[in-house]
Amino acid sequence: MNQDLFTGNLVRLTTLDIEQVSEAESRWSRDSEYWRLQAGETYRPYSVQATKKLYEKYVKEDDPTMFAFIIRTIDDDRMIGEVGLDGIHWNHGDCFVGIGIGEREFWGKGYGTDAMNVILRYAFTELNLWRVSLNVFEYNPRAIRSYEKAGFVHEGRVRAALNRAGRRWDIIYMGITCQEWQSLHS
Amino acid sequence: MEIKDPLFEGKNIRLASINYEKDAEIESKWTHDPEYMRPLRPEPVRPLTPAQVKKKYEAIEKEEEETKSLYHFTIRLCEDDRLVGIVRLDWVDWANGNAHLTIAIGDPADQRQGYDAEALQLLMRYAFTELNLYRLSAVMVEFNEAGLDLFEKAGFVEEVRRRQAQNRDGRHWDVIHLGILRSEWEMQQRSVEI
Repeated sequence: MNQDLFTGNLVRLTTLDIEQVSEAESRWSRDSEYWRLQAGETYRPYSVQATKKLYEKYVKEDDPTMFAFIIRTIDDDRMIGEVGLDGIHWNHGDCFVGIGIGEREFWGKGYGTDAMNVILRYAFTELNLWRVSLNVFEYNPRAIRSYEKAGFVHEGRVRAALNRAGRRWDIIYMGITCQEWQSLHS
Repeated sequence: MEIKDPLFEGKNIRLASINYEKDAEIESKWTHDPEYMRPLRPEPVRPLTPAQVKKKYEAIEKEEEETKSLYHFTIRLCEDDRLVGIVRLDWVDWANGNAHLTIAIGDPADQRQGYDAEALQLLMRYAFTELNLYRLSAVMVEFNEAGLDLFEKAGFVEEVRRRQAQNRDGRHWDVIHLGILRSEWEMQQRSVEI
């Protein structure tokens, strides 16, 4: 039995402190590269108030198909990003995972992969889901490598689904089943 | 394609709006058939009363109006206006020119008549020449062989296979994402004309 379900090697997952996360998310939303790496929606900066409203709605609705967390460093408790499961279909055990490291100095250093490992463990050993899906844009090779390291398998690409920076890009789908996850961690 | 060509009229069927009074009764009957319901949505199947169906119609029209990202049509026979199915575009993404297409024929007796193929052609033409989308997606579970056949015949290709993403009748099935680009559809149209 793992007593420390929300702690990895570099990061731990914590609850949404709405004040803090709204401020950070609004700041991160000014970084168009960050935004376009992790969101398919048309980019625009979001105010602290608009972001806060979204989080308040999430907390109030207590939607059983979503679990969202803040990613904090173990070292100094710094909030560096977010990770969450959404679109959970409990009847099928399927869901999607989304992750973003908003603080650029933590890119490419294993923090995202560590957070992904923690949330996969949560998905498979606490929520008892059958599989976890994600999609990622073809111009984000750093994320693709991180997902491969966490055990995700390529499942295909939606051709030319994004139109950004003057050209078309594929959206890549990846997935991991509970058996695959177990065989990696046994 | 000319401006005067009717967008919503096929040979046997036409695309039309919802008729609240007449359709709710019929659609409620369809919802008792898991073979109709299961391919449509991943949610657990449950039958709906005509009153519940009517409420759903209100929600559909509200969403169409407010989001501008949903286009829902009924499929009706040209000869007697009878409702035989539905076809819709969800999640229209205007910035990227993408949308998700769903189609279903309600009564088993109306299946294999080519109504869905005709409706699919009309909706593709609408999506590519009126909404000016760049591509279309459709998501189907692997047990829906008729659906896969229909879309592949219409020129969609398999793009993604999410392994074991649905659990039904005690086993896990792959969920298949299909897609077609406008350029592929245009090529098809040209070869039809020649």
